[in-house]
Amino acid sequence: MLGQSLQLLFAGVAQGCVYALVALGFVLIYKATETVNFAQGDMMMLGAFFGLTAATILGWPYWATILFAITVMAVIGMGLERVVLRPVLGYPTFTVVMITIGIGYVIRGIVTMVPGWGTETHALPTPFGNGVVRIGGAVIAVEQIAVIGMTAALVAALFLFFRFAKLGVAMQATSQNQLAAYYMGIPVQRVNMMIWGLSAGVAAFGGILLAPVAFVHSNMGFIGLKAFPAAVLGGFGSVPGAIVGGLIIGIVESFAGFHLAEGFKDVAAYVVVLAVLLVRPSGIFGETVSKKV
Amino acid sequence: MRFLFKTDYDQDIRLFQHGGQMFWYGLLAVVLIAAPFLVSEYVLSQMQFVCIYAIVGLGLMLLVGYTGQISLGHAAFLAVGAYTEALLQSKGVPFVLSISCAALFAAAIGVIVGLPALRLKGIYLAIATLAFNVIVEEIITRWDAVTGGSRGMHLKAVQLFGYPLTSDASFYYLCLALTALACLALINILRSPTGRAFVAIRDSEISASCMGVNLAKYKTMSFALSAALTGVGGALYAHKVAFITPEQFTLLTSIELVTIVIIGGIGSLHGAVLGAAFIIVLPQLISMAKDFLPEGAPAAGVQSVVFGLILITFIIFEPLGLYGRWIKIRTYFQVFPFYRRGTFQRQRAYLKSERLR
Amino acid sequence: MTFFAVENLGVRFGGVVAVDGVSFEVKQGEVYTIIGPNGAGKTTIFNLIGLIYRPTSGRISFEGRELEGAPHHVAERGIARTFQNIELFEHATVLQNLLIGRHRHRRTSLAEEILFLPRVRRAELAQRAAVEKVIDLLELAHHRDSMVAGLPYGVRKVVELGRALATEPRLILLDEPSSGLNPEETDDMAFWIEDMKKELGITVLMVEHDMNLVSRVSDRVLALNEGRVIAEGTPAEVQSHPAVVEAYLGGDD
Repeated sequence: MLGQSLQLLFAGVAQGCVYALVALGFVLIYKATETVNFAQGDMMMLGAFFGLTAATILGWPYWATILFAITVMAVIGMGLERVVLRPVLGYPTFTVVMITIGIGYVIRGIVTMVPGWGTETHALPTPFGNGVVRIGGAVIAVEQIAVIGMTAALVAALFLFFRFAKLGVAMQATSQNQLAAYYMGIPVQRVNMMIWGLSAGVAAFGGILLAPVAFVHSNMGFIGLKAFPAAVLGGFGSVPGAIVGGLIIGIVESFAGFHLAEGFKDVAAYVVVLAVLLVRPSGIFGETVSKKV
Repeated sequence: MRFLFKTDYDQDIRLFQHGGQMFWYGLLAVVLIAAPFLVSEYVLSQMQFVCIYAIVGLGLMLLVGYTGQISLGHAAFLAVGAYTEALLQSKGVPFVLSISCAALFAAAIGVIVGLPALRLKGIYLAIATLAFNVIVEEIITRWDAVTGGSRGMHLKAVQLFGYPLTSDASFYYLCLALTALACLALINILRSPTGRAFVAIRDSEISASCMGVNLAKYKTMSFALSAALTGVGGALYAHKVAFITPEQFTLLTSIELVTIVIIGGIGSLHGAVLGAAFIIVLPQLISMAKDFLPEGAPAAGVQSVVFGLILITFIIFEPLGLYGRWIKIRTYFQVFPFYRRGTFQRQRAYLKSERLR
Repeated sequence: MTFFAVENLGVRFGGVVAVDGVSFEVKQGEVYTIIGPNGAGKTTIFNLIGLIYRPTSGRISFEGRELEGAPHHVAERGIARTFQNIELFEHATVLQNLLIGRHRHRRTSLAEEILFLPRVRRAELAQRAAVEKVIDLLELAHHRDSMVAGLPYGVRKVVELGRALATEPRLILLDEPSSGLNPEETDDMAFWIEDMKKELGITVLMVEHDMNLVSRVSDRVLALNEGRVIAEGTPAEVQSHPAVVEAYLGGDD
């Protein structure tokens, strides 16, 4: 019994890591530009496809694949910011949200048109194999442990980046107060562009991590919709909140899928988020703010 | 350019501001009524869709465009309307009663969604409505005994006072009449205190409440009205497609409905109708343009790309939507040759923040 | 019976005590002004009266009954307000803005409005007639059908005053009515405040920085510093009060 719970927990945490990475992308962009990027899931999908191309067609090793996907997506993310989002900086939130929804449509459409990508499902090879580790009575796939470990590594790297790197500190300042950052000589628009790049890179990483769990497919981006509840749970503006929120959603799903009737697994995340919003309208870690008059 | 010299308060609230308007809307009415005799069956069928989407668009416009509340869950209300209609029809309930029930039931669900929404703002509201949509979709899929689950439900033609509306023309007239009624109802609301309260909430909640507007009451009311109209649209939609399954009411449908409002032009009733027409016509245009596209490009993909690009282009270059573009073109000719590029320039705050720091 | 009274009002945000045991009374028909340096808690008091913030202590009563509930209950009792940084309905015309001021006099139901029954039409015409009086008083006829978003600051300030007057209040709260106005516009504002008091019989409670305006229109003045009352009396008394002078100019230390 305990072993089984442990097994579910690991499965949930592994899945939750992917949600957390997408949610992290949401939060980074939201903190900087007060925009919720509805295309985050689709950017993750695009990243996975780039990884797939590098791995299968070019035959690169796994680690190079990851680097390649992250780099390409970071460039695409920066390009999107420059071309599409900068003109609408300062528009009402909802307007910008609709733009990102439009970006999502375009990405999904383009992927189906690229030869070799199309609408089929693809499997992305990983070096972890099908091995398992037995802890107590639990059987845990090596893949899951790898996903958890790699997510932890990325989060640690991001933490160090925001804490110590000059650009990271500038990004933090920008997301705290754009105008003040601007007055302090931080090139806010360029920083925003970097944040989009970073967020797209994180999305690509998430996409590749998701590949062993799910297949690479033009609709895999819809998993991003599960990451919304994760980001909201954590309070949209909080980076640690996004991670915790993602893990909570992953674990809740994993247990709901096992213990509750069929169908509950898919809605569990949304039920949880509705319940949390009823009690705390700005999420668990979110700060309640009201307009000053 | 026409100048109106007002001598009477009634001039502010009458339906048509001047004779010209009455003429053009009259002409439009004549054309729409004559349509079944003028256009092909296929076009007429598409016009039915336009009417149905226009009703939904009007409902959503009231909530998004006039009350300023975001909803990414309107497909759920569409589903509630459609399934209520399907169920009641199968039980032999007359159409007038069943479509009223569809509206009322959707409105009731709207109130249930609206109540928690009172405390939620912006993106949190968007996510809550999104979650609601997913949950409703799942309930419909799983509640096999009532909704037929993923096998779906069949509907028969509408029976209006004992006469079956089997012909395309008769169903078209039904849709057209309901669209006209919906328009009229919204115009009436918007020129009354309720409509002004909605606009006040959209522009400044805090000052609306300081002017005596009960925020909770009016936000809930807006959700209910919007859901009711969407429910009516859902009932008509169910009859139009004659076969409904949960897959027709997903989050993607909700997003499509919101794009009606955005492309049409936020904050105008004309926009809701124009947006609905656009959403219906767009796939036709794409399939017509297919001959010019590279071989083997999947239709769904092309449509997705074009749809996304249009959405992006509209928001960047024409935030006032189709109706805004029309106003600009009209003004251009009216004031020719004195039109300035900056005439409709929108004020933009450098990151107008909703957050406090 | 006191017309309007604030007793021992206090509020703290986190550890900061913004308003600390403030008490004062406003008599019917007077112009009562609250002054004080920045951060003294003037606007906070307004937000407490408007029930936008919940007080930590104390009570507010109007015409013998306590003020409670939500902001719209305050408006329904006949208290209107303006805002320091103008909170108008930007995407509506001046007329529509003023008509929202009539909201508390609404007598028609939603069902009647959807059908636009003759009763609704009559009510709408009556509302417009009432609003037109305000438009005449404040000389806004020129901007009647303009969108608020395009109006200059001074006019918006007047529109906001008009919107408050359209509610036909018995007490009006003006938050810095002269801020951002040029001397000429400030002069107009002073006239209107006097008109409100003398001709419309509205009691005025205001927060103001411009001491010329304060001495010209106020009957009594309350001086605040760091959330506490430091002086109360006629404009001249308060201005020469040593605690007030010290609060504005700083102590010797």
